[in-house]
Amino acid sequence: MSEKPGTETIAAFKIGQRGRVVGFDLPPEQRLRLLEMGMTAGSEFEVVRFAPLGDPIDLKVRGYHLSIRKHEAAGILAARL
Amino acid sequence: MTATPATTASVRHVAIAGNPNCGKTTIFNALTGLRQRTGNYPGVTVEKKVGRFHGSHGEPMDLLDLPGSYSLQVRSPDEAVARDVLLGRREDTPRPDAIICVVDASNLERNLYLLAQMLELGIPVVLGLNMVDVAEQAGTHLDVAVLSEKLGVPVIPMIATKGVGLVELKQALSKVLPPPVHHAPMPGAIEREIANLAGQLNVRSDAARAEALLLLTIADHAHLAEAVGDRPGLVDAVTAARERIRGADLDPVASPVEARYAWIQGVCDGAVRKADQPLLSFSDKLDGYLTHPVWGWAAFLGIMVLMFVAIFWVAQVPMDWIDGLTGNLGNWVKAKVPEGDFQSLLSDGVVAGVGGVVIFLPQILILFFFLGLLEDSGYMARAAFIMDRVMSRVGLHGKSFIPMLSSFACAIPGIMATRTIENRKDRLVTILVAPLMSCSARLPVYSLMIAVLLPVASIWQKAGIMLCMYLVGIVAAFGMAWLFKRTLLKSETPMLLLELPPYRWPAFTSILLRMWERALIFLRRAGTVILALSIILWALLTYPKAGKVVENGVEREATPAEAIAQSAGGRMGHAIEPLIAPLGYDWKIGVGLIGSFAAREVFVGTMGIIYNIEDADEASEPLRDTMLAEKHPDGRPVFTPLVCIGLMVFYVLAMQCVSTVAIVRRETNSWSWPLFQIAYMTVLAWVGALVVYQGGRLLGFH
Repeated sequence: MSEKPGTETIAAFKIGQRGRVVGFDLPPEQRLRLLEMGMTAGSEFEVVRFAPLGDPIDLKVRGYHLSIRKHEAAGILAARL
Repeated sequence: MTATPATTASVRHVAIAGNPNCGKTTIFNALTGLRQRTGNYPGVTVEKKVGRFHGSHGEPMDLLDLPGSYSLQVRSPDEAVARDVLLGRREDTPRPDAIICVVDASNLERNLYLLAQMLELGIPVVLGLNMVDVAEQAGTHLDVAVLSEKLGVPVIPMIATKGVGLVELKQALSKVLPPPVHHAPMPGAIEREIANLAGQLNVRSDAARAEALLLLTIADHAHLAEAVGDRPGLVDAVTAARERIRGADLDPVASPVEARYAWIQGVCDGAVRKADQPLLSFSDKLDGYLTHPVWGWAAFLGIMVLMFVAIFWVAQVPMDWIDGLTGNLGNWVKAKVPEGDFQSLLSDGVVAGVGGVVIFLPQILILFFFLGLLEDSGYMARAAFIMDRVMSRVGLHGKSFIPMLSSFACAIPGIMATRTIENRKDRLVTILVAPLMSCSARLPVYSLMIAVLLPVASIWQKAGIMLCMYLVGIVAAFGMAWLFKRTLLKSETPMLLLELPPYRWPAFTSILLRMWERALIFLRRAGTVILALSIILWALLTYPKAGKVVENGVEREATPAEAIAQSAGGRMGHAIEPLIAPLGYDWKIGVGLIGSFAAREVFVGTMGIIYNIEDADEASEPLRDTMLAEKHPDGRPVFTPLVCIGLMVFYVLAMQCVSTVAIVRRETNSWSWPLFQIAYMTVLAWVGALVVYQGGRLLGFH
C-alpha cells in the first residue's frame, strides 16, 4: 500500500474525528462504488461510531450516514481536518 | 447530438426511479393503488412491476417501477434490465416517455447523483422532491424555483406519506415535457470521447451520451463484456477511449463521477441553504442508543423476540382457524361425496393440500408486516449494521441476517425476503441455508421426540433440548454458508456500503400493499406446486390398496396401519430400511420420513396412523407410550434416547417441506437449485443422524 508521508487511511480515525478524502488504494470497482456514494476526492467525512461488535464504521458523508468495513476504510487515504 | 421532438401530450409510459429509502415505493403505491401487476421480464429472472394511473385530464399512464439504485451503473440483473429499458433496447418494454426521479430532500447531494445520470438519457424528467418536511425540520431551506432552473426540469415538492404533491406530480406529467436541457458538463477530453463513441452505439442519439458514459466508467472489466453485449467491436473502442482520457491526465472512471458531483455542488450552492444544524438530530440521538454496545443489543434482541413471538403466537390464532376450516371442509366432503377413492382424493389430497398452502398465509403476512415495518422505519439497516461482522465472517453481507432470522418462524417468507440481497451468489447461498434455521413446523416433531425421550422431564430440560436443536441448525446454516461461499458459489465478500437512513414513521398503507403483493405471489406460484406434490404424496400413501386381511381364519378389513404398509409409500419405507438402519430406524420411521417430505409436521400424524392411535398429536400420551414400547424384531427397543436425539437432528437438517421447495423454485427460477438443496440437506441430515447414533453408541450411550 503506497502511503504519502503524512496521510493515513480512515481506519486510523477515531470517533468524532473529521477528515477529507485524498485518494484510494482499493480495487477499481470498490473505488467506483465509494465515489458514486459521494466519497469523491476532496469530500469531507466524520467518523460517527463503530458497530457494537467493533466493525463496521459509521461515517457521515455529504450529509448522510454511510457504513463501511474497517477493511474497506483501510483503503481510503484521508487527511485530517 | 440531435434531440427527438418533444413527446405529444398523451404520456403513455412513465418510469419511476430513485435511491433506496427515498420514498419511491410510497409514491408508486400512492399513484397506482391496487392497479399494480407484478410479473417477470421475459427471458430473465427479474421482476417487472407496472401500475396504472391517470393524469390530470384522465389520460391513462403506465408506471414502471425501476429498482432503487444509487447509480445507473449496472451491477445486477435488475439494473441491467433497467438500463436496457431506459436505453430503449428491450423489445417487450417501450422506452419511457418520461421519468419520475424521486429524491430525498433531506439528503439532496447524493440523491442528485442518480438524477444527474438520468438527465444524460435524453428522456424528459420530473423531479419528485420528497420528504420536504424532514428537510424543513432539519432547518434546510430549498428554493424550488432555483433548483428547477439549475437542473432544467420541473421540481415537485412532495411529502409522499401524506399525499402532498401527488396532484402536482400528475399535472407535471400531463403537460408536454421537453427533454432535459442541462446535464453535468464533463472535461473536454471526455466530452470528445463521448462524441466519438456516440456514433458507434446502437441506441437513439439522445441516449448515446448516457451509454457512452456508462461504458467509459465501468470499473470491473468483467462488466464491460456484459455492457457491450453483441457489439464486441466496442470493447476496443472503449479501451482506446479510456487510454486517451488517461493521456489527458484524467481518470476515465473517477473523473465523470467527480464532474457530476461538482455540478451537483454548484446546483445546491445556489438552491439550498442549510441553517446551522443542531448538533444531533433525533435520528442521531436514537442511534446513540440503538447501536450502543449495550443498549443496542438489548433493543436488537427485544425487537427480534417481539417479531418471533408475533409469528409464533399471534399467527397461531388464524392458523388454528384455518386448520379448523380445512377440517370442516374435509368433513363436508366426506359427507357429500360417496366413499371411495375420489372422496379420499378430495378430502385427503386436495383439501388437505390446499389447506396446507393456505395455513402459511398468517405467518407470511405477519412476517412481511414486520419486515415492512423494520425496513420503512429504518431499523433494518441498523440490524444489518449490528450483525455485519458475524455475517461477513462467513462471507455474507449484513443484509443476509434478516432472511435467516425470519426462517426461524418459517423459511418461506425468509427466502422471499432475500430479494434485498444484490449479489446473485450471496442471495443463492442465503436461500440454500435458510431452511436449516429450525422453523416452527419442526416443533411438533421435537415435542414428540422429547416426550418419548424424556417422558417425565421438567419444562427446563425440554426447553434445553429444544434450544440445542436450534443451535445445531444455526451452526449448520453458518457452516454451510461458509462452505458454499468457499466452493460452489465462490465469490468475494460483498462490499458493505450500507446507508443508515434517518428513522422514519412507517407508511402503513404501503406496508399493507406490499404484504398483500407477497401473499398473492405465494398463493399463485407456490400454491400450484404444493397442491400437485401433496396429491402425489397422497397417492403414494394410498395406492396400492390393501386387500382383505385374513387373521385367525377370519377375513377382515385392513387396519390403517396395515394399509399404509401396503402402499407405495409403505413399500418405500421398507425399501429404504437398509439405508436408515445405521441411524437406528425401522421401516415405520421410514414411512414417517417419506410422509414428512410434504411437510414436517406430517410425521406426527403418520406415526399416529402406523401405531394405530386415534387423533394423535405431539402431546398424545398413548402415542408416546406405544412408541416407547415398540421393539425391533430382535427385541431391542426402537425409540432409544440416541434414536430420539438422532431423529431430531435429522429433522433439523433435512429438507422436508414441499412449500419451501416450491418457493425456492420460484425465487431461483429453476429446478436445479431446489433439487440440489434437497440433495445436500438430505445427505447432511443422514450424516448428522449417523454421527449422533453411531457416535453415541461408540461413546457408550444407547
